[in-house]
Amino acid sequence: MAQTAVTPASVAIPRVNPFLPAFTLWWREVVRFYRQPARVVGVIASPLLFWVVIGAGFGSSVQSGTTGTGNFLHYFFPGALVMIVLFTSIFTMMSVIEDRNEGFLLSVMVAPVHRWGIVLGKVLGGTTLSAIQGLLFLILAPLIGIRLGLEQFLMVVLITFLTAFALTALGFAIAWRMDSAQAFHAIINLFLIPLWLLSGALFPVSGARGWLKLIMRINPLTYGMDALLQTIFPQGPVTLLPVWSSIAVLSGFAAVAFFSGLLIAERRSTLPAA
Amino acid sequence: MATLLQDPVSTVPGGGSAAIHVEDLRHNYGKRSALNGISFDVAGGEIFALLGPNGSGKTTLFRILSTLMMPTGGRAVVAGFDAARQPVEVRRRIGVVFQARSLDLKLTAVENLWHQGHLYGLHGAPLQSRVREMLDRVGLAERAKDRVETFSGGMQRRVELAKGLMHNPGVLLLDEPTTGLDPGARHDVWQYLQQLSTEERVSILVTTHLMDEAERCDRLAILHEGRIVALGTPAGLRAEIGGDVVVFESDQPEALASLIKHGFGVPASIIGDKVRLKSSDGHQLASTIVESVRDRIQIQSVSVSKPTLEDVFIDRTGHRFWAEKPAEEAK
Repeated sequence: MAQTAVTPASVAIPRVNPFLPAFTLWWREVVRFYRQPARVVGVIASPLLFWVVIGAGFGSSVQSGTTGTGNFLHYFFPGALVMIVLFTSIFTMMSVIEDRNEGFLLSVMVAPVHRWGIVLGKVLGGTTLSAIQGLLFLILAPLIGIRLGLEQFLMVVLITFLTAFALTALGFAIAWRMDSAQAFHAIINLFLIPLWLLSGALFPVSGARGWLKLIMRINPLTYGMDALLQTIFPQGPVTLLPVWSSIAVLSGFAAVAFFSGLLIAERRSTLPAA
Repeated sequence: MATLLQDPVSTVPGGGSAAIHVEDLRHNYGKRSALNGISFDVAGGEIFALLGPNGSGKTTLFRILSTLMMPTGGRAVVAGFDAARQPVEVRRRIGVVFQARSLDLKLTAVENLWHQGHLYGLHGAPLQSRVREMLDRVGLAERAKDRVETFSGGMQRRVELAKGLMHNPGVLLLDEPTTGLDPGARHDVWQYLQQLSTEERVSILVTTHLMDEAERCDRLAILHEGRIVALGTPAGLRAEIGGDVVVFESDQPEALASLIKHGFGVPASIIGDKVRLKSSDGHQLASTIVESVRDRIQIQSVSVSKPTLEDVFIDRTGHRFWAEKPAEEAK
């Protein structure tokens, strides 16, 4: 009875289907990205540059037996793909900090939306962007003589998507409590770049020894890299696990990252939300 | 569990039908306390202002009411639900307009509202017509398809308002809604708020540090150091002081104040470097004082006025509204 006096205008307040906010946040993330041409150019051009420079530079000095062709540009191709995915994923999640500082996030947080709708929308938005960037890079594969069958291609799409999702979720979990882009950069340099360096992207796990090998084996990204290498170079020696086992580990990584993000975002406290 | 959470807290003593019921609300940030036991009610269809200088606890209170933060003590019931324990139920019924810009500049006005509607479960044709309706109401129908980054500050504020009202909330919370707006745009915003309150019976709580904005509200609470120092209608609060307020500007405020105290038996206080007193006949008293002290003390200016909300604030706190911190340190 008290309610009618308080909310006279609202005849019926609809229950919010959590997929609707998730969809709208996903949509916004994607639209926003493509309306900033500088971001699009940067994200495509910089990994390309990395790949060509690092690949060509190393190529003449290091010989790799993994691909069977001995060309480092070859070996480095999946590594560069993961790097593109890593960069795009992480940088899209910088928007969490931006949104918080601007006030956009506040308006989302006072909406009657379950937190997992918010996390899912944000993470899927970032995932979409980085997976698309990664797959765009794949167009270059034939240029260096990498040819993929349909089944291989679909596998690569799946692995790329899972890797993108895991890394975006990780970026989200890290960014959620942060208030400055500088701090986020520090974490990227300290934590995420090594994660990529030690994933088998630059050199194979089989080439590492001792503690380095141990770290690489613990690194969940290694398994994404591993699955990708095996899919793209089926004739290369088996590295760590069979493809599907690697994909399973990668999926586990994605799930853990997503639920950490959710747990962090769900916490309500007596501290300011922004 | 879900049904249990949906039960409104209707058994609040004295707060059953209030749009907002705040009861002995306390909040600490670590050791620093920001709210020291605040209680007030906002009735349905009322415009209620929280007036206070920076650091008075306004923002903390706003965060708690808008469910962004849980209080460390006491409780806040908004639209019938406890803001700390039933945040989702509260969120469904409130519209919030933040001081910071919450629009996405890269999206158009329509897209911003469309996005907002989705967050509240609106979709499809009803959402589209609602977006059009709201843009029409804030007078931006012609700019609907333009990116918000091309809008002026006043236009962006109007979109913010439209955004907060998309889901037709019964309670609207606004944090310093006219920050950075020119007088014309401020006037528009207030006119719209008044229209909402009278025509649609929307209950509105607005925080402000501007006296003239607080004057436009039905009732207000003046916050100072986490406490409510005055609560009532603007006219009522001014009437409590009564009579006139006389302010002298002088090089020797201390000497002047003590002369007034001893010579006229009127308590005079020094606020900043001005001497201030209250009187039932300010004009008479002012000229008498000026006459009698003119040989001893130089008086630069005298002003006699009806009490304002600022006088209410000074009366209750002994501080000037602005720069009350330096005044404190000077003691």
